[in-house]
Amino acid sequence: MTPQTLYDKLWDSHVVHVEDDGTTLLYVDRHLVHEVTSPQAFEGLKLSRRKLWRISANVATADHNVPTTDRKLGISDAVSRLQVETLDANCREHGIVEFGMNDPRQGIVHVMGPEQGVILPGMTVVCGDSHTSTHGAFACLAFGIGTSEVEHALATQCLLQKKSRNMLVQVEGALPRGVTAKDLALAIIGRIGTAGGTGYALELGGGTLRALSMEGRMTLCNMAIEAGARAGIIAVDDTTIEYLKGRPYAPTGQMWSRAVDYWRTLTSDVHAKFDRVVQIDAGTIKPQVTWGTSPEMVVAIDDRVPDPDREKDGVRREGIERALVYMGLEPNTPMTAIRLDKVFIGSCTNSRIEDLRAAASMVRGKRVAPNIRLALVVPGSGLVKAQAEREGLDRIFRDSGFEWREPGCSMCLGMNEDQLQSGERCASTSNRNFEGRQGAGGRTHLVSPEMAAAAAIAGHFVDVRQWR
Amino acid sequence: MEKFNVLNGLVAPMDRANVDTDAIIPKQFLKSIKRSGFGPNLFDAWRYLDQGQPDKPNDNRLLNKDFVLNQPRYKGAQVLLARKNFGCGSSREHAPWALEDYGFRALIAPSFAEIFFSNCFKNGLLPIVLDESKVDRLFHEVLAFPGYRLEIDLERQIVTKPDGETLAFEIDPFRKYCLLNGLDDIGLTLRHAEKIRNFEDKRKLDQPWLFG
Ligand code: SF4
Repeated sequence: MTPQTLYDKLWDSHVVHVEDDGTTLLYVDRHLVHEVTSPQAFEGLKLSRRKLWRISANVATADHNVPTTDRKLGISDAVSRLQVETLDANCREHGIVEFGMNDPRQGIVHVMGPEQGVILPGMTVVCGDSHTSTHGAFACLAFGIGTSEVEHALATQCLLQKKSRNMLVQVEGALPRGVTAKDLALAIIGRIGTAGGTGYALELGGGTLRALSMEGRMTLCNMAIEAGARAGIIAVDDTTIEYLKGRPYAPTGQMWSRAVDYWRTLTSDVHAKFDRVVQIDAGTIKPQVTWGTSPEMVVAIDDRVPDPDREKDGVRREGIERALVYMGLEPNTPMTAIRLDKVFIGSCTNSRIEDLRAAASMVRGKRVAPNIRLALVVPGSGLVKAQAEREGLDRIFRDSGFEWREPGCSMCLGMNEDQLQSGERCASTSNRNFEGRQGAGGRTHLVSPEMAAAAAIAGHFVDVRQWR
Repeated sequence: MEKFNVLNGLVAPMDRANVDTDAIIPKQFLKSIKRSGFGPNLFDAWRYLDQGQPDKPNDNRLLNKDFVLNQPRYKGAQVLLARKNFGCGSSREHAPWALEDYGFRALIAPSFAEIFFSNCFKNGLLPIVLDESKVDRLFHEVLAFPGYRLEIDLERQIVTKPDGETLAFEIDPFRKYCLLNGLDDIGLTLRHAEKIRNFEDKRKLDQPWLFG
């Protein structure tokens, strides 16, 4: 038998039907649902009098619009409230399991899913959200879809897909102190570009990956979409299995052993062929900071804001110039000289317990700098929040001057009240620094939780490798 | 879904690489639970000088005169010419909904982000990939000649320029078939209901833990 990549295996095991041109009907094991991209899909079902194909395949939560302040007060914005209520009503009507706004298990859909064990190796996982790539960390074929496809998945438990090509990013060596999975993700995007992964399923492999926790692996796969790849995938190993054990929706007893036997086969075969391979030496990676309005506009912390005059390509030069104007930055400014107004620690990239522990360790016993108007910590889910509180992390943050909030997407995209004002500059642990992403006119710099926490204390970016 | 056959449309240029879906339709408009009405807020942050809100009328808002789509010569454009990686970022289908609602029926770029690309087809919007050099030429011509139109023939997979030059493009036969006939994917898939059920039955035996 020809050796297969992990992606090939996942793909093959879900093929229901193939059209003449290769368009494939692919079976969907798990569909995650949230309030923003689902209402029009449910309405479509109703209009065409179609039913859900398999109710138990769907799990829902409200995350994008929910307030991160006192939930007892409800949602003040009427448009947001209607969207969340519409999700509640649709889930009730169709019998879908939902962790609603006041459920202790509520959280960002990509944090809640793995935490509950509804994401299991070998699954196809879809959600009307591009960061569904996160779940590839569990050797799932997981990718974001649009609302028409949400409706399609609800009605048929399948999606029409074309197979992607295989790309391997192989990372070897130990990550230096102060360098995290987030820095690795940004460094990969800096290297291959935001369209570098377009058309590929991106497997992340190598010794560095094997040493990463599931949290770190999720951070990496989360950012695969920022490299243009719809899916990022990591093979199963002991770390994966250890993480899943005892999760509420994970199998138990005999079923568990049977499942584990199967999950262990979910790796690329030794001689599997990839269409493209990128090698990365983890030892050379430094803490990363984005300076522009696309995640590929990224440099190391000891570097400077780029100078458009040195760019030969016309379209790129214009892109740099436009980004610098938007970001309010001068060419050649050292990254460590950039002063900040706000700091956001959260989002499906970096709001898990490990991220909060890492950030807390940077700020313990220190104070947020006076020029920082708001330093926000938003746990990824109610369970992450509760765990952090058991460990006393909330106190560390509060004592340092951070605000400790309720779980949700929050200032990752500012669909609720948590937003940047025009011109404000923010160190953010999220995944997108697009114009206006965190609020109209807001300026976003993407960094790791450690870098964001240290920047809050210093008031400007600092090299965490030198943090005492 | 509206059928797509032959389109002869005015072309508007969007001369930036990596235009993301946050720019195409900003987040505040994603709160809607409807599919229509996004056109007036297409490229909202670039198009207007003030900030748009979902419940705010757009008629009296201040237009950004410098924004390309606000130039009178591009009024009524149906073809959007764009640079590489158009539609990157979020999976929001509100982006193609807004483009379609505004009046666009076809997009031409050297490359598109994948989710956006697939979303376009579900909404009768044809994304066409052409070589970077050809797209670059089109940009020059659109800027040089007011009233520049292109004819797009989906059946023949050909874009015809005003000077008669033709540019061929690729498209998946299945997508082409659906677009030409205005077919709804779900109906097509449900023709395979039996196959889906069989697949599911086998999966229940092989991996019963997935069906707990
Ligand atoms: S945290 Fe941000 S990126 Fe993640 S799902 Fe929410 S809005 Fe999307």
